[in-house]
Amino acid sequence: MRALLCLIGLLIASSAFAIDPLPFADKDQEDRFRVLVAELRCVQCQNQNLADSDALIAKDLRKEIFEQMQAGRSDDEIVAFLVERYGEFVLYRPVFSGKNLLLWLGPLLILVIGGVAVAVHLRRRRVAAGDNPMPISEDIDW
Amino acid sequence: MIARLFIPLGLFLGLAVLLWSGLGKDPTILPSTFLDKPVPAFEATKLREPGVPIASQSLAGEPYLLNVFASWCLSCRVEHPVLDAYAKRGALKLVGLNYRDQREDALAWLNRFGDPYAEIIWDPDGRLGIDFGITGAPESFVVDAQGIIRYKVVGAISPEIMEQEILPRLRGSKN
Repeated sequence: MRALLCLIGLLIASSAFAIDPLPFADKDQEDRFRVLVAELRCVQCQNQNLADSDALIAKDLRKEIFEQMQAGRSDDEIVAFLVERYGEFVLYRPVFSGKNLLLWLGPLLILVIGGVAVAVHLRRRRVAAGDNPMPISEDIDW
Repeated sequence: MIARLFIPLGLFLGLAVLLWSGLGKDPTILPSTFLDKPVPAFEATKLREPGVPIASQSLAGEPYLLNVFASWCLSCRVEHPVLDAYAKRGALKLVGLNYRDQREDALAWLNRFGDPYAEIIWDPDGRLGIDFGITGAPESFVVDAQGIIRYKVVGAISPEIMEQEILPRLRGSKN
């Protein structure tokens, strides 16, 4: 039981910030900050988000985001600021438009193609089976 | 019926070409959003003359290489002899951006390894770096006489990169 609690504690701890304590104005602002840094990619260590990364640049960008929040900038403005400097690459959730459409809809497209292929295959098999029913034999050793 | 046999082969070839073309790419190098755009406007102070202001406009007029460096940066030490040699030969105008550094450390570093920079902008807290979209040091920007960024190098500059990518662009003989 204690081991389990320790394990849960560890899991929670590792999902917390790699962060410098920041004096947020209120809880609401802190929540906004958490959501933002979780959705923005660290430009140095590219498979981490800004919240988790310990890289210098991630630290700088967190500070920048915090300061812009204090200055009253909206989330959209802050994201636009970063995209202007680092490109769309910083967004973990790419924009739903233009060349990203393939990225968003690709899986769906593949699912549809696969679904059609399976349907065609099943139909053909059913037709073939109707013409020439396969004898069901008890002594086939599967 | 024969044609159907070639479908898997076609699929395989398509996929192979797609994956093969991705093999040689370095995913850690991001395309700069600044290519063909003006150097971001900034106001900072000079590294070598504390408190003396330097702004983006004062650099325009002739092409230069903006080189982001720091005394704590190992790759900067690798590229420094290359930059030093070309700049001292007068092959290019070199502007430094000292990134996230202590003044004393930076000056000591230049003392030890040579100072090829025409100007050095001081960015002690990395704020300027964000405006340039810098992810670390070293990074370098080729800027033309109109102040437009023409090329970006992430990582250390080798003599090959200098000869094939940077110098031709500074001379305006390559885009």
